[in-house]
Amino acid sequence: IIIGVPLWWRTTETYRAWLPVSQIQELANLELQLSADVEVVFARGTVTPEQQKKIPLTLSQDDEHVVDEDTSLRYRYETRYRTATIMEEDALNQPTAAEADLSLHMLSESPCGSLVVYVVPESTSLLPEDVEVYIGQRRTALLRIGTQMRVGRTLDQLLDHLEPRIKKLLQLMSFSHTDITAALSDRVRLSPGNKESIADSMRAFKSSPGYEITFSLLNPDPKSHRLHWDIEGAVQTFIQPLLTKLEPLANFSIDSQILYYAMLGVNPRFDNSHNAYTLNADSLAHVINPVEARLGSNAASSNPVLNFLLYVPDANHSPLYIQDRKKQQVPSNAFHSPRWGGIMVYNVNSFYGPDVAFPVDININMAKVMGVFLAQLRLLLGVQSSTPPPGFLVAPCGSSGLADWELDRLMWSRSVENIATATTTITSLAQLLDQIGNIVINDNIAQQVSSAVTSLQLAVAELESGNLGFALQYSKEAILASERAFFDPSLLHLLYFPDDQKFAIYIPLFLPMCVPILLSLLKIASEVRQRRRDKQTKTD
Amino acid sequence: MKIPTLLSLFAACFVAGSANIEENVGQFFSSGHTNNWAVLVCTSRFWFNYRHVANTLSVYRSVKRLGIPDSHIVLMLADDMACNHRNPKPATVFSHKNMELNVYGDDVEVDYRGYEVTVENFLRVLTGRLPPSTPRSKRLLSDDRSNILIYLTGHGGNGFLKFQDSEEISNVELADAFEQMWQKRRYNELLFIIDTCQGASMYERFYSPNLMALASSQVGEDSLSHQPDLAIGVHLMDRYTFYLLEFLEDIHPASKANMNDLFKVCPKSQCVSTPGHRTDLFLRDPGSVLITDFFGSVRKVEITTETISLTDPIKQVEEIAVHGEQEKETYSYVDQLPVSEIIHQKPKQKDWHPPDGFILGLWTLILLVFFKSYGAKHLKHIF
Repeated sequence: IIIGVPLWWRTTETYRAWLPVSQIQELANLELQLSADVEVVFARGTVTPEQQKKIPLTLSQDDEHVVDEDTSLRYRYETRYRTATIMEEDALNQPTAAEADLSLHMLSESPCGSLVVYVVPESTSLLPEDVEVYIGQRRTALLRIGTQMRVGRTLDQLLDHLEPRIKKLLQLMSFSHTDITAALSDRVRLSPGNKESIADSMRAFKSSPGYEITFSLLNPDPKSHRLHWDIEGAVQTFIQPLLTKLEPLANFSIDSQILYYAMLGVNPRFDNSHNAYTLNADSLAHVINPVEARLGSNAASSNPVLNFLLYVPDANHSPLYIQDRKKQQVPSNAFHSPRWGGIMVYNVNSFYGPDVAFPVDININMAKVMGVFLAQLRLLLGVQSSTPPPGFLVAPCGSSGLADWELDRLMWSRSVENIATATTTITSLAQLLDQIGNIVINDNIAQQVSSAVTSLQLAVAELESGNLGFALQYSKEAILASERAFFDPSLLHLLYFPDDQKFAIYIPLFLPMCVPILLSLLKIASEVRQRRRDKQTKTD
Repeated sequence: MKIPTLLSLFAACFVAGSANIEENVGQFFSSGHTNNWAVLVCTSRFWFNYRHVANTLSVYRSVKRLGIPDSHIVLMLADDMACNHRNPKPATVFSHKNMELNVYGDDVEVDYRGYEVTVENFLRVLTGRLPPSTPRSKRLLSDDRSNILIYLTGHGGNGFLKFQDSEEISNVELADAFEQMWQKRRYNELLFIIDTCQGASMYERFYSPNLMALASSQVGEDSLSHQPDLAIGVHLMDRYTFYLLEFLEDIHPASKANMNDLFKVCPKSQCVSTPGHRTDLFLRDPGSVLITDFFGSVRKVEITTETISLTDPIKQVEEIAVHGEQEKETYSYVDQLPVSEIIHQKPKQKDWHPPDGFILGLWTLILLVFFKSYGAKHLKHIF
């Protein structure tokens, strides 16, 4: 027994490397703090001299929200108030808001994750009449001070007056509670709010280390149309700047293809009132499937694929317009499907007259096409285009297709999403390995888990201190390591032994051995009893 | 007097009509899924289990017809019936006697075939723990907004399903696999259909949310096959799947049939066994779940309302082409066969090896016999 039992124990043991279980359990209780730096700059004419003496000033504000019993969020805004410098005043004297924005950007570049709000006087000519706030392409905003502010008010009242608008601005440009809780959807299954929020959360792809983008040109009628599209140039000019800007988030790979004789799955109906063929909104859902079967994918990785299709209708069914539910023509003539991609219908019948020799050479206007695809790409990648509140004017995004503050917003929600997903993965992995004692835990899995835990702790710390870039990077590392650990092929548990099977294995081995042992034990016991009885009779 | 009432009636109709449109929009997003996957598994091999392959292929056919592309279907067939040498009509798998419906078709894409269909591979597909070299078509790349249809058929018993006549998957393992899928949010809703004997035992142990299960027979009952075909010589399909296929043939991608209709498929009078279903883990009401939510792939669609105006001229990409030409290397094939040796047929010089074990043993035997029979002392006479 002394030799046998330990020997049996060692040989039936499974190798399980050590996991930092206590740290994992700490991570299960997630308390995130998101910090944003805000700088509020008062231009000349907005503050009185005596108020000016009390500025510069730094305030910080905390907002606590408890999402559920394991998760709580705290938003911290560090606000610094100061007056404008001479150069900033010059910049604010520009004729239009867009030019002011540009020259302000030339002066100083705000770091990732921070905001600068310039408070301009009531009488300024930068903002149109009914606009209170102008949000620029970088990380600056112009806020018009209200009419109530006149000489005689104290600084505190001024700050109180500005606070609600600054808060609304922050929610639009940095992070809002709804965005962050939507990003936490992996951890927390909230009951869905309104239909818009469901649609928003379903539309964008989940955070992934890479995406594949495929542009396809569908030509169902090569006999009539010979299409030329300069896809390489168009991608280089229009799409690549956006993807370069999004590089901290994910890797992108782009390819393109041309498909001939590819029809849509539905027959468009001729509409006499518009003198054109129309596709109504209900039939759009059935367009994608027959085409998708022919698209193919050359993706060698498991990254999600975004498909953008450009469909040029055949000569017999031109022009083809898409109608929305109210039977109105859609100006962009395009539609997109959540988490799949987008389709645009490009009519070419206006480029040639009725008596022309087929096939006709047609050059596709890539700027128009890419404008639509870029908008769809933004939506699918999670850049929310929610309508701004009344009184706010948002500058159109620049040539790169993405404003800096939109990038910041995306980075915040992606970091939170990555952290949430990585924590759920790690905690469920630890729970799984704890419950099923038979799974072998190799060293590489333990190493991945440890590195995931350290990356997660670093990411949470960086979010707290407001370094958005580092937080995103650590969260990406954390999610990669946790996914690699969770999906390791060696973690497959096929050793389900119900108790009766365990008995069935051991009984035939041990029972025959046990019988003589038991009998001899009984014999020893009876002998001892006999001897004791003899001793008793002897002493009597 | 009448006109205002008529007008108000019209107004009410319009309001109701627009409310209906809004409802349609709402219903569009009520199911919560954006893509569909299907995992169809046939677990038994040998020619007499033709009906299980026919079962799986008929579900495959329906699912493809209703819109799910091959890239989203993982089809596992444990044996090849269409090209089996006992099949009198090669390259066909029929589902009805008189050979009315060939479910094998022209574009079947089998992802796991023959001996690749094992319990381990099935669980790996479900949980995603595949080796990195697995191609994309063999993976279940679902996300948290995928509705997955899982169909299993074969021989089963109380609490297990037999794979390939040599191993089993138990209902506990299956429930654990689904729980791991839920932990990693690999599905939005899952429909599990099983057509085996005592099939209801396989879904007894489920405990993850958003699972709906259907089985062809209760515990203690056997699922029976439908009818044999005298020309092919085997039973062609199982009853439950036969009536399921009949039901699905009436469904088209825009159909609004719901799950309650599916539960009524194959009553006891037709099926002899009692089909069962389990919906307590499912969050939505089965009456509001469309058949096409699982069997088809109806995409959610939104109109693109905003575009970005781009004004930059397109950069020409010619410079890259110039560099590419300069760097072009000439490639040539390496010699595939040792042609010179074959032509000239020079004999290869063989290296000398010490004698093999057999030769050594033979010589030892001979020496032993020699010395035994003649005795050692006679050695000097010999040498």
